[in-house]
Amino acid sequence: MVNFYGTEVASRLLLGTALYPSPAVMAEAVSASGAGIVTVSLRRESAEGRSGQAFWEMIRGLGAQVLPNTAGCHTVREAVTTAQMAREVFGTDWIKLEVIGEDDTLQPDLFGLIEAARILVAEGFKVFPYTTEDLVAAGRLVDAGCEVLMPWGAPIGSGQGLVNPYGLRAMRSHFPDVTLVVDAGIGVPSHAARAMEMGYDAVLLNTAVAKAGDPAAMARAFALAVEAGRVAFEADPMEPRDMAAPSTPVMGKAFLG
Amino acid sequence: MAQAGTIASDGPVDGHGDVLVVGAGVAGLCTATELMARGARVTVVDRAPGPGPASCSWWAGGMLAPYCERESAEEPVLRFGRLAADWWERHAGGVTRAGTLVVAPGRDRAELARFARRTSGFEEVTGARITELEPDLEGRFGRGLFFPDEAHLDPRAATAALLGWLEAGGARVLWGTSMEDAPSAGQVIDCRGLAAADTLPGLRGVKGEMLVIRSRELRLSRPVRLLHPRWPIYIVPRGDGVYMLGATMIESDDRNRITARSMLELLGAAYALHPAFAEAEVLEIGVDARPAFADNLPRVVRRDGRLHVNGLYRHGFLLGPTVGAEAAAAAMGANHGSEWIDDDHSQR
Repeated sequence: MVNFYGTEVASRLLLGTALYPSPAVMAEAVSASGAGIVTVSLRRESAEGRSGQAFWEMIRGLGAQVLPNTAGCHTVREAVTTAQMAREVFGTDWIKLEVIGEDDTLQPDLFGLIEAARILVAEGFKVFPYTTEDLVAAGRLVDAGCEVLMPWGAPIGSGQGLVNPYGLRAMRSHFPDVTLVVDAGIGVPSHAARAMEMGYDAVLLNTAVAKAGDPAAMARAFALAVEAGRVAFEADPMEPRDMAAPSTPVMGKAFLG
Repeated sequence: MAQAGTIASDGPVDGHGDVLVVGAGVAGLCTATELMARGARVTVVDRAPGPGPASCSWWAGGMLAPYCERESAEEPVLRFGRLAADWWERHAGGVTRAGTLVVAPGRDRAELARFARRTSGFEEVTGARITELEPDLEGRFGRGLFFPDEAHLDPRAATAALLGWLEAGGARVLWGTSMEDAPSAGQVIDCRGLAAADTLPGLRGVKGEMLVIRSRELRLSRPVRLLHPRWPIYIVPRGDGVYMLGATMIESDDRNRITARSMLELLGAAYALHPAFAEAEVLEIGVDARPAFADNLPRVVRRDGRLHVNGLYRHGFLLGPTVGAEAAAAAMGANHGSEWIDDDHSQR
């Protein structure tokens, strides 16, 4: 079980609901993934007139906890407004906080992120910040009241995997008690397994499943990989060595003269 | 998909012949055409004063592109969509069979590979071949995909032609007439699109925004799709330098407002296709919401003693003929199983 702000969730896979060929395919994928949490990006234009109602009903019908996100927000003010709208629309104080700082990499604006996190925590939100592996920024987010941190593996939608494993490892060891989720950049299940082997609490992905030829099958593959990685982490993997170590000791070999 | 099943269980269809079609969008007109072809006496009513912007079809791209659509659509879209070009040529004329060109900016090259893996019926083309196909795109793209068997039409011209064909054949078309004021008929086929959402659970709107622009410099002779990680933008030539530029896909039933962001993305895509589009004149801005079911496939739904043709999503011209024919056959009492007919809509 993973703990997100006091809520215990069984699955360590969080799945996004955007970019699928159809809502029906999305629902199949969510079901195959076993995800207990799904993210949904709220467009401000759909929130205002509630014109996205039909799609939101489908999301609510998935039976997973909804984590709305502020995708596409570039400023603190936009992100805060979107979070407030999301709270009304989905009736949850959970918010995945994205403040985009750069359009080509969709890299988070860490300064804006920390400021928005402070505002939202003060308003009673439970903030899931999409951040980088920067330890100083992570510390500030924790100081701001974030109990979950979501560092990127690679830029959103790039499928590059964990491009800075050193940074992610350092983050894990600096924040042993914070719930850490690798969010963004995951391309294939082995990337997800690797994050879990490092001791991350969960992974969040969307494009890797939504844009697969068979999203439901890929969702299942990710579920298996996340589970494998977690079990491996708990089983305490061996240390790598520089030299070979024979798995059959010489002493035990039969002596044939 | 709808289960294949028989449709006769709902009782006999009386009076075969007298059928009211509600809604003169592409769903209604295709259905009416297929009814006429089966010898029905057809009345079409629409609450709009005439063909125009109140209908999704008015804003359609008019691409008959089953191979390209397969990238994100279910398999029947390809299987049945392939029949569309012939159907439209036969009933309305004006079909241009020049294929579709698909290109991607260098940075989105991976999208081209992904598109190729999901589709069939294309040849991979290089810059020289792209220039041969579309001389005005010379030097713009090093690689692309060419789908030679696709076609396009002008949706407004095609629906006008179909209306002409229907009226010439004796069908009555009553504009400015709502379902309530319509003359009584033996059977009613509801083709009202999103307006039927109150009767059809699960029907939702998917907002689309588009622009009609005119370029005096650029001449393209076939639809060109510019791949983009979020949504495919396409540009369809309407002749005389006029192009339809579309279309966004937003989970929303708003039919009124285009956002600055959408406009920016549409025009940005046109500009990426060719910078000369920056000089184009913006003639029209279109916004509407496509009616869609959860799997984004259309179907013929039998509900409360009435047939519905709905959920054509972004495939009105591509699949309208198929579902129109299914609905007409069902209305005329043909007892056949079909994957498009949904007898038990509550199951969805």
